[in-house]
Amino acid sequence: MDLDDDEALNSKLTCPGEAITSSHAYMRGHGTYVDSDEVIASVAGTIERVNKLVTVRAVHTRYNPEVGDLVVGRITEVQPRRWKVDANSRQDAVLMLSSVNLPGGVQRRKLESDELQMRNFFEESDLLVAEVQAFFSDGAMSLHTRSLKYGKLRNGQLVTVPPILVRRLKSHFLTLPCGVDLILGLNGYIWVSKHVKENEQEGEEGFDAEAVYSNQNDYIEEATRSAISRVTNIISILASHFMPLTDVVLLGAYEWVVDQDYQAKDLLQEDVGDALVTAMRGRT
Amino acid sequence: MASSRIEVLNQGGYRSDGRKQHELRSIAIDLAPQGVADGAATITHGLTTVLVSVFGPREAKLRSQTLHDRATISVEVGVAAFSTGERRKRSKGDKRLLELASTIKATFEPVIQTALYPRSQIDIYLHVLEQDGSLLQTCINGTTLALINAGIPLLDFVCAVSGGVHVASPLLDLNQLEENDVPHLTLALMPKTKKITLVTMETRLHVERFEEIFRLAARAAEVIHQEMRAAIRIKANTLVASMGSTRATVDGTDRDGNHMDED
Repeated sequence: MDLDDDEALNSKLTCPGEAITSSHAYMRGHGTYVDSDEVIASVAGTIERVNKLVTVRAVHTRYNPEVGDLVVGRITEVQPRRWKVDANSRQDAVLMLSSVNLPGGVQRRKLESDELQMRNFFEESDLLVAEVQAFFSDGAMSLHTRSLKYGKLRNGQLVTVPPILVRRLKSHFLTLPCGVDLILGLNGYIWVSKHVKENEQEGEEGFDAEAVYSNQNDYIEEATRSAISRVTNIISILASHFMPLTDVVLLGAYEWVVDQDYQAKDLLQEDVGDALVTAMRGRT
Repeated sequence: MASSRIEVLNQGGYRSDGRKQHELRSIAIDLAPQGVADGAATITHGLTTVLVSVFGPREAKLRSQTLHDRATISVEVGVAAFSTGERRKRSKGDKRLLELASTIKATFEPVIQTALYPRSQIDIYLHVLEQDGSLLQTCINGTTLALINAGIPLLDFVCAVSGGVHVASPLLDLNQLEENDVPHLTLALMPKTKKITLVTMETRLHVERFEEIFRLAARAAEVIHQEMRAAIRIKANTLVASMGSTRATVDGTDRDGNHMDED
């Protein structure tokens, strides 16, 4: 196989068991292994090369965390001084008690009293948005929510898509003009919720400290509810056609749906979904 | 063998379903996603159909099952009551099914790179929808495809094929009638290295006949490999094409940065 041709290599598809190159000339990366002086692919996907490092990126796989990624997750377990979070990765992520904000933004060491009221912060099956802080030695990720942008999620709905479809964007917090906020977790979990005004979210003074860990939904009007379900349906349609989700695509898709005057339930029809995808493909 | 009502191989060299001795049945592969499974495949060899769903690598359900240095694999086989000629409901604890599941598990354990996923679990669920012989072969091929579809690293494909010997003539890819009548074996191999990951025989076969059918099955497995590889490639191609060619290739080069130890 000719490795000198960069273009050919970068777009090349491979399957498990296919020899890619010699292990003397290249280093093996993810998705490959070495056997009898050959670098061999172990997953089906595209071959990528950075200098002397050859990797194969699987087309469809679970989420591979990286430090600094924004993820949406669900609490699965409360353990001593930590929560276990399902984040679509190969193991549950860990959220340490020391890496969450206390209600009201008090800065102090977490005491035993905090440990005893951990379920007041997060309970099993609560959804949260967090950032990947570091990895443990076995590859499990450690999360943190030490920012007012992160924390418990409410007023919305979760959609799950293949993680590869969520690209790295300048910001993963999107606001659509229809009064819907989107959080695109890099792990493929997407949170669609009612829009919260900037000043309510960030103001230090007069900021409702208790609301950070509240389990109560706010009142959501009919219009916002239908907008949320419309956006959710758009996302699942795009994902089922394996379209990458970016802010541009999502905005365009929402405009298209409004232009065509489709309701959320109309989107569930296959021909409408296909038309949406065709329209989006033509645009990009 | 004279007791059998059907003729396994007739004078013209044709089998009961009209195939030649070395002919495989038609193969159909469907790699469409199934619900929330990470990878799924439906494979049909003739009239035998198996649906395989793979979940994981994911957090193990039971802490007692986790291994600190590699992932555990769990295999469950379910047989639809309508899959056979006579309708029969099989319970989960059926010994035949448990044996089938453990054979599949043993076949894949050395092939999946489990060391990459410590403390995780990979769940493989097989649903037998139609049965007409060569069940193990279909299950193994389906599992290979579903694992690849789920992006789980394998050393190679695992391609299985069944073979039998009628009087002195070897047959490949047996259907139910032939399986009832002739001594048969199932063989699974990795096509690149030609390493055998599984050979099983439930009937007795003359030792002098064994080598012939063994070699023939190994060649047939490579034919099946071509089919499976083509299906995977088409699937990967469509997915990559629908994602568009403008992919950032530079990001994510350093995945292992910043390790820290658990306290």
